[in-house]
Amino acid sequence: MASSKATPQGGWDYVIRPERRWFDMDLRAIWAYRDLAFMYVKRNFVTLYKQTILGPMWFVVQPVMTIIIYMFIFGGLAGISTSGIPQPLFYMAGILLWNYFTDCFGASSNVFVTNANVFGKVYFPRLIVPLSGLMSGLLKLGVQTMLFVAIYVWCRISNNDFSANWSLLLFPVLVGMTAFHGFSWGLLVSSLTYKYRDLQLLISFVIQLLMYATPVVYPLDAIPEKYTLVISLNPLSPIFEAFKYGCFGTGVLSWGGLAYSMFFLLVTLVFSVLVFNRVERHFMDCV
Amino acid sequence: MGAVLQFDKISKLYSLRQVGTGTLSRDLTRWWVTTVKKQEDPFLKIGETNVHGQKGESEFVWALKDVTFDVEQGDVVGIIGKNGSGKSTLLKILSRITSPTTGSINVKGRIASLLEVGTGFHDDLTGRDNIYMNGAILGMNRAEVNRKFDDIVGFSGVERYIDTPVKRYSSGMKVRLGFAVAAFLEPEILIVDEVLAVGDAEFQKRAIGKMQDISKENGRTVLFVSHNMNSVLQLCNRGIVLNEGQMVYDGSSQDAVKKYIGSLTSKTFFEGTDGNTNILYAVRTSVSSPGEGGSVYQSSSPINIEMIVEVVQKIGSLVIGFNLLSQYDYPLARADYNDVSQLHSLEPGRYRVSFEIPPYTLAPGTYKIAFDVAERNRKRYTTDKSALYFDVITGSDNFGHVFPDITPKKLSIVHEKWIKGVEKMSADS
Repeated sequence: MASSKATPQGGWDYVIRPERRWFDMDLRAIWAYRDLAFMYVKRNFVTLYKQTILGPMWFVVQPVMTIIIYMFIFGGLAGISTSGIPQPLFYMAGILLWNYFTDCFGASSNVFVTNANVFGKVYFPRLIVPLSGLMSGLLKLGVQTMLFVAIYVWCRISNNDFSANWSLLLFPVLVGMTAFHGFSWGLLVSSLTYKYRDLQLLISFVIQLLMYATPVVYPLDAIPEKYTLVISLNPLSPIFEAFKYGCFGTGVLSWGGLAYSMFFLLVTLVFSVLVFNRVERHFMDCV
Repeated sequence: MGAVLQFDKISKLYSLRQVGTGTLSRDLTRWWVTTVKKQEDPFLKIGETNVHGQKGESEFVWALKDVTFDVEQGDVVGIIGKNGSGKSTLLKILSRITSPTTGSINVKGRIASLLEVGTGFHDDLTGRDNIYMNGAILGMNRAEVNRKFDDIVGFSGVERYIDTPVKRYSSGMKVRLGFAVAAFLEPEILIVDEVLAVGDAEFQKRAIGKMQDISKENGRTVLFVSHNMNSVLQLCNRGIVLNEGQMVYDGSSQDAVKKYIGSLTSKTFFEGTDGNTNILYAVRTSVSSPGEGGSVYQSSSPINIEMIVEVVQKIGSLVIGFNLLSQYDYPLARADYNDVSQLHSLEPGRYRVSFEIPPYTLAPGTYKIAFDVAERNRKRYTTDKSALYFDVITGSDNFGHVFPDITPKKLSIVHEKWIKGVEKMSADS
């Protein structure tokens, strides 16, 4: 990292130049602006359910409705296996992580468009905004995790076919990986779409498709052989499978898969942050 | 002391076209030429200067072109120029909102910019939260905001509404709050762009005072963009004039303001015929001030007004004089050739009529002189053809500060010496 502060010339704090080099990035500035990230989290929370009657209850209502729909379509009509786990519980496990992933992706992919107003007036490290999106999402994740635990306990009382195991301790790691997958893909999309918005129109469709390529509503071992390769190429798959394995003891905990996912994450993360960093200076002229 | 900002040949090119398919082909061409063939960017050459009224050939325009200057610590620099002269672009580059096309700026110290009303205010958050939010956007941490919190609230005068969502605030309250946050952030360099225009007169006064404190007491640097010349004169010790993206003047704020106002509507001289050549007409009119060229005069100098009138026929009740009007065409004062002499008429011939407005008579502002050569109650012969325009600014001795200068609507226009005496009274009487 060649921070601009690390290269002072003649005692200057920083130099404003037309082009920024690829690695010219000030990570310390992001740390210095951490209070702003917390204010953004607060703002997101205050404004999200402003002037609604149920307020944060929507954090719970949304997944419950989704579960009901999934139970009807995937469980009822399509008859997809849930490895013997009660359907609401199984779907909730998938929804929990998937919602968080789409939240992180959404917060990162819309940075420029939704914040053009503020970005046009004042400078601060732009990465603060998507990062605060990850943190805001965490709050929702927390509430939904409680819902998950409630459903878990309720199902466990009448059903002894499944049990949690030690690998559930991976949960924080899995959440972190999910967050940064969404973050880095989102950044990449926002960097690519700030000028040409064509991709943006495609992206919601791609994300929807991605959900079906991830073991959200089905267990990995229930899919036909010929699709296994495709699904395991998806770096999200091992994360979802590992979570379900930790909760229910069914499915596959693939260390190789997790390592692949982690490697994929690091590569995309570095790449997207660099691209974003290069793009952020010019975007104001183009939005 | 020493330079805290060094602008080095800052230029900014803007595209006038909409982003669309054409942009892609242009981007590809640019990429091909600069990256693959390693040649100069073909689109950078064809920029034109930024003349709004003129239709250009090119679809690119230089919003700024080769602007170079240094700013010393403690300088209060007024940046003035017409709309679209590049003032705001310059500040946007400095505050890192957009990047220059070519050139560089060296910066020493923390910059806080106060660019527009309620920068980064969020409507649903309360005033309190927005102070923290705004402080954070400007780079302050929570502890710093806590320390300044009472000062900020006190200065902005919104104590009562501090826990009310900002969307219920008036625009003036938002500006006051925004200004207070930025002003109390204590940045090494403060950028202020036109925000003062929104506040009321009292707030403007306080804001100017606060900015003076920032620069004088704390030795901080202020860059100030405004169309209010009197604020610039009051606040700044240095002025930079931009015109069509280029720096045309850099020097004292007095001279910069003169230069700028002088480039606007002003006319100090008329020669020709204005009136009826068979009866009565003006040949020449002029306004000037000793020791000052151009059309902008310091209030500390006298102003001379001269007219040459040709009287062809003798007229019973002859009028030769002028009306002094404000920039809004409001009549302020009147002077005539016979004010002292009690004359009613002049024999045919050519006359030179001179007037002098003594120093410290007029408040800073723009004035119009409408000459009046007429037959009383019958006919006015002169027209606006011979009318002149000039500006008065605060003198370098700063003695002119007797008016509430910073209010856009002047409360007083004429400053007369009506004072009869100042005598010290003994304590026992």
